[in-house]
Amino acid sequence: MDKKNWPLFEIFIRSKNGLHHKHAGSLHAADAEMAIQNARDVYTRRLEGVSIWVVESKNITASNPDDAEKLFDPAEDKIYRHPTFYELPDEVKHM
Amino acid sequence: MGKEIRLSTHHPLLRYILQWADNSLIIGHRLSEWCGHGPVLEQDIAMTNIALDLIGEARNLYQYAAEIEGNKTEDDYPFKRKENEFYNCLLTELPNGHFGDTIVRQFLYDTFHYFLLEELKSSNDERLSLIARKSFKEVSYHLDFSSKWMLRLGDGTEKSHNKIQEALNDKWIYSQEFFMASETDFIMLDENIGVDLSAIQQKVNDYRQKIIKEATLSIPEEQFFQSGGKNGTHTEYLGYILTDMQYYPRTYPNTTW
Repeated sequence: MDKKNWPLFEIFIRSKNGLHHKHAGSLHAADAEMAIQNARDVYTRRLEGVSIWVVESKNITASNPDDAEKLFDPAEDKIYRHPTFYELPDEVKHM
Repeated sequence: MGKEIRLSTHHPLLRYILQWADNSLIIGHRLSEWCGHGPVLEQDIAMTNIALDLIGEARNLYQYAAEIEGNKTEDDYPFKRKENEFYNCLLTELPNGHFGDTIVRQFLYDTFHYFLLEELKSSNDERLSLIARKSFKEVSYHLDFSSKWMLRLGDGTEKSHNKIQEALNDKWIYSQEFFMASETDFIMLDENIGVDLSAIQQKVNDYRQKIIKEATLSIPEEQFFQSGGKNGTHTEYLGYILTDMQYYPRTYPNTTW
């Protein structure tokens, strides 16, 4: 089998009670349909999920870990962006 | 060793169960031989998953059989019978060959298995209909899997196309045995427990034809079809399969899981 041309796919699975797809791993497949079948066989054996998304790895653009400092550090000390200073009245305590 | 297992030939229900279970057990066993040897990791896992499904289905059936016979356990059926006491069809015994051989064999089995279970879901025998309903979901996936691979390999490269066509030419002669009704099949059909095989034969062959055509393959012109499995007459392969499968329990009769 000539696997040299099989692109790499990233696999995202949403669990039964979950709200979003989580990254589960990656695999090679000839096309997206085959990637879904492979993902079903490899990543849902123990009912890890009930929904599968596959995306060709080349279509994912990720932030550069070297930029982490300038991208994310500034958010560390801006506590006013968190809704922690409100006092909830009893009537809405289950908010 | 223990006492000889004697099948009750007066019990068509038992024989019917074994016909069904033995098919899944033997082809499941064949698939399990791929474990660790698959051409690609994902297909290794896919094939062994399917093997587990099929052996699981066989287990459910052997458990039922053991209850009916009363003096057996489910393990007696796979591990203590001789070749001529197995009632699987010959196709299931064929060797794995290359991946394409396995896919063709699987496709020919899945097509039959799917339409068989579709009918068995409404069997008069409650236990059989339960087992059929559970397995039907699994077999729906198996059929999807093998059909898609037939398409990928048939309508693939020139090399894959030729290999699959050769595999299909080889195995087609074993493709119709499923529909040759045994006496057991007739008795069970009468009691609304079993399936009318001639009725599903058309559906199965139509579906096979559709996929084979879409895969740009052709069906060999065959007038004669192999049979014998339902009467306990098997290919030479079954002997080797059972030697593997039964080695451990026969050598160490008192081993437990």
